[in-house]
Amino acid sequence: MTSIQQIDTVEHAAATRDHPQPYRELGLKDDEYQRIRDILGRRPTDAELAMYSVMWSEHCSYKSSKVHLRYFGETTTPQMREKMLAGIGENAGVVDVGDGWAVTFKVESHNHPSYVEPYQGAATGVGGIVRDILAMGARPLAVMDPLRFGPADAPDTRRVLPGVVAGIGGYGNCLGLPNIGGEVVFDPSYAGNPLVNALCVGAMRVEDLHLAHATGVGNKIILFGARTGLDGIGGVSVLASDTFSGEETGPGRKKLPSVQVGDPFTEKVLIECCLELFREGLVVGIQDLGGAGLSCATSELASAGDGGMRVELDRVPLRAEGMTPAEILSSESQERMCAVVRPSDVDAFMRVCDRWEVTATEIGEVTEGDRLVITWHGETVVDVPPRTVAHQGPVYRRPVQRPTDQDALRANIPDALPRPSTPDDLRDTVLRMAASPNLCSRRWVTQQYDHYVRGGTVLAQPADAGMIRIDETTGRGVAVSTDCNGRYVRLDPYAGTQLALAEAYRNVAVTGATPVAVTNCLNFGSPEDPGVMWQFEQAVRGLADGCVALGIPVTGGNVSFYNQTGSTAILPTPVVGVLGVIDDVRRRIPTGIGGQAGDALLLLGETRDEFGGSEWAHVVHGHLGGRPPAVDMAREKLLAEILVAGSRDGMVSAAHDLSEGGLAQALVEAVLIDETGCRIAPPDGVDLFVWLFSESAGRVLVTVPRTEEPRFTDMCTMRGLPWTRIGVVDPDARALEIQGVGSIGVAELRETWEGTLPALFD
Amino acid sequence: MSRIGVIIFPGTLDDVDAARAVRHAGAEAVALWHADADLRGVDAVVVPGGFSYGDYLRAGAIARFAPVMGEVVAAAKRGMPVLGICNGFQVLCEAGLLPGALTRNASLHFVCRDQWLRVENTATVWSTRFEPGAEILVPLKSGEGCYVADQHTLDELEGEGRVVFRYLLDSGGGTGSPNGSRNDIAGITDARGRVVGLMPHPEHAIDPLTGPTDDGLGLFLSVLDAVGAAGALAEAVSGR
Repeated sequence: MTSIQQIDTVEHAAATRDHPQPYRELGLKDDEYQRIRDILGRRPTDAELAMYSVMWSEHCSYKSSKVHLRYFGETTTPQMREKMLAGIGENAGVVDVGDGWAVTFKVESHNHPSYVEPYQGAATGVGGIVRDILAMGARPLAVMDPLRFGPADAPDTRRVLPGVVAGIGGYGNCLGLPNIGGEVVFDPSYAGNPLVNALCVGAMRVEDLHLAHATGVGNKIILFGARTGLDGIGGVSVLASDTFSGEETGPGRKKLPSVQVGDPFTEKVLIECCLELFREGLVVGIQDLGGAGLSCATSELASAGDGGMRVELDRVPLRAEGMTPAEILSSESQERMCAVVRPSDVDAFMRVCDRWEVTATEIGEVTEGDRLVITWHGETVVDVPPRTVAHQGPVYRRPVQRPTDQDALRANIPDALPRPSTPDDLRDTVLRMAASPNLCSRRWVTQQYDHYVRGGTVLAQPADAGMIRIDETTGRGVAVSTDCNGRYVRLDPYAGTQLALAEAYRNVAVTGATPVAVTNCLNFGSPEDPGVMWQFEQAVRGLADGCVALGIPVTGGNVSFYNQTGSTAILPTPVVGVLGVIDDVRRRIPTGIGGQAGDALLLLGETRDEFGGSEWAHVVHGHLGGRPPAVDMAREKLLAEILVAGSRDGMVSAAHDLSEGGLAQALVEAVLIDETGCRIAPPDGVDLFVWLFSESAGRVLVTVPRTEEPRFTDMCTMRGLPWTRIGVVDPDARALEIQGVGSIGVAELRETWEGTLPALFD
Repeated sequence: MSRIGVIIFPGTLDDVDAARAVRHAGAEAVALWHADADLRGVDAVVVPGGFSYGDYLRAGAIARFAPVMGEVVAAAKRGMPVLGICNGFQVLCEAGLLPGALTRNASLHFVCRDQWLRVENTATVWSTRFEPGAEILVPLKSGEGCYVADQHTLDELEGEGRVVFRYLLDSGGGTGSPNGSRNDIAGITDARGRVVGLMPHPEHAIDPLTGPTDDGLGLFLSVLDAVGAAGALAEAVSGR
């Protein structure tokens, strides 16, 4: 162990103004360091430097994205805001879903840690987002994970993917939260920079909403949960900032583990303990400890409250000897929460923690004034205005420049790529696509996740959206989907992001739920690259404008920059999550077409010759160019209204969104989910290849009982939604039969669709 | 109304599901806290699934020492019906109420899937509602579900008909285990047919809305038949 030097106190710092400090190694620029000196009127102490550096990192401060993210707020109308109980800036957005229920949901990235250490990186990603939801006062109900990896057959993907999946399962399963969906996408751009995003959704009674405010002078600050150790120190600032080399020189100690280690058992107990504390009314304000640990929790609680805060850092329970104040403040040890408690409630608070065997320690109190003062054995090591740490970090308006290759990319249209035309070629293409890594069954992944626990899961993978019942009496529930096609976004960041929004929205609507809110996790390359900033700006505008068109608000989000290997950025990947509400989950629409012989299969929407960024161009030709499919938000809204009406009146027995791989892929999945069969008769005169594989947006495959067909098609016609009758369910056929292509038996389809991932990863 | 206890250890996860299954079957679910050596007068006990104490030492190894488990073991010896599901099965094995042990799945992966089982013994208090040889579909979700025992124990279990549930490859198909279990054993009983443990989750299969089927309800209805009849008899004998 390194010897502990004399602790750097405020007094000492004031007396040694010119003492050189390693701010660059902590990710601070010269001018940022100078700004800290200006704020404090002296050099920062080691502990203060640790706090500022981690809180001013890109990950915590949003310094490059802030100027763009404002656009979300500027475009959200009072009408869109109507059902929002909490929005951007809180731990997670909260929406009123009716019957006195509020639902909160959020996605966060844990990309870099998951590349360095796949199991722990992914596991602690789940743990972190679950605590965010818990900090709103909600019971976490379900998780899902949008994932992106390098090529499926790359050796490093074999290292990263199994570890990430095992980590998500290992943590989430042990926590007792059903995993109800997510994404697994492969693309060479994610080699060396996988994306591991984690979403959690939770519910509470409207009156139980808790916010992270340290209010009421004299109220106590209680740290509870796991002890504070040396793990994850510097993780946020080193990993999410501009260096990946891992020089772990911080004040005091070297060679610290940079990825946190998760303990899901402690988190499960912490969840139940917190929920009991909420029920008993013992919490004034609460904040989880995630990235930036105590630095973040204390400065955010204090700056959101109405006073200052005093913290005795030497009271923090530690699991390592000789930790310095700076280390304690930056530690990202998992499974910790920080609560503000009235003095009269402290004993009751401690009793609840005792019952759950959760370590809880009073570490400070809310004070008069507006300073955050942290002491160490009686000496002041931090004395700062908390807002300057938490909210008044640097803000950059980075240069924005449309990439020079964008025009060439757009001009490289896929129209000249050789297309299959004979029945045999088309049949082969259906199978080749179904077996391709991005379209094949995700069962190898999802069967490592418990989707049954708590007994509220109504829909889970491979359904288009996950659906959870939140009220057993009324049957009220929510549906969630996340989506993003990075190739579309690469071709046109504005339209591509709207396509991600449209797909997530449609995936929720096909279950019969009404979409009500949007969250996001914006994964991009380096913000110092003007081309990346252009993608980012376009994506934010596309998403915000799309939300206005749909009339639903963005309630929160997360930005992850520096996702690149060398100078090559990942495909821009703004993952969009949409939350929908259904008043009774018993009327949910399933994804598989079912086994009722003679039920009609209808294709809603229009199919155009659109192959820019398509899965077919990618799989068959390795091509990326042209324009992504056209997006029409008004059409998506109409489609959703029709589906909700169809669900409410029992007119639709199944619905499946069309996306990557087009109609052919949707049919393969819809047949296999229910182990059934169907006969498809393409309309006269269509180009079979385009009809089967185009990725035109705004389309859904629906199954309609024979008796409901006239009523349903009349409704579509009346409301101006194009529809085509394309075939019937025929379970006895046990095959997908397409006129002009041929018949593919269920057994062959299943083997093709399900064989790919086991062959690669078992 | 019959009262069925549901034990909660730190890290128990499927207690809400077990309690819901008990209610669906028509009984009152009574939460039993691990730290209280008190069964609160229940007629039967369910030890639900989860990761008690994080399963960090070995699944179920710490839970068996909980104060409530002493009461469960004593009550089981008196003949109280006890059902261990998944982690609860592991706890019952660790506590010596059932023979054998559960080890890591042969695939080394956690597996969550809908699993066909054949009911091999319909004489236990937890399985009388099933037809002999009935095939049921219930969720299986475990990382350490591989049932092992020495050959002598296996012979004894088979010889005495104490295998209650066996894994099937498919409905109507042959037996076959998804986790490497010896003899494709999914669940077993004690010699008296009153303590049953199984890895799959009948409590997740009580409503086709949230589970694959409602086949799992059969276990809970069975035990209510047993304790309901016993309760009626006791009442008649005591002249109440």
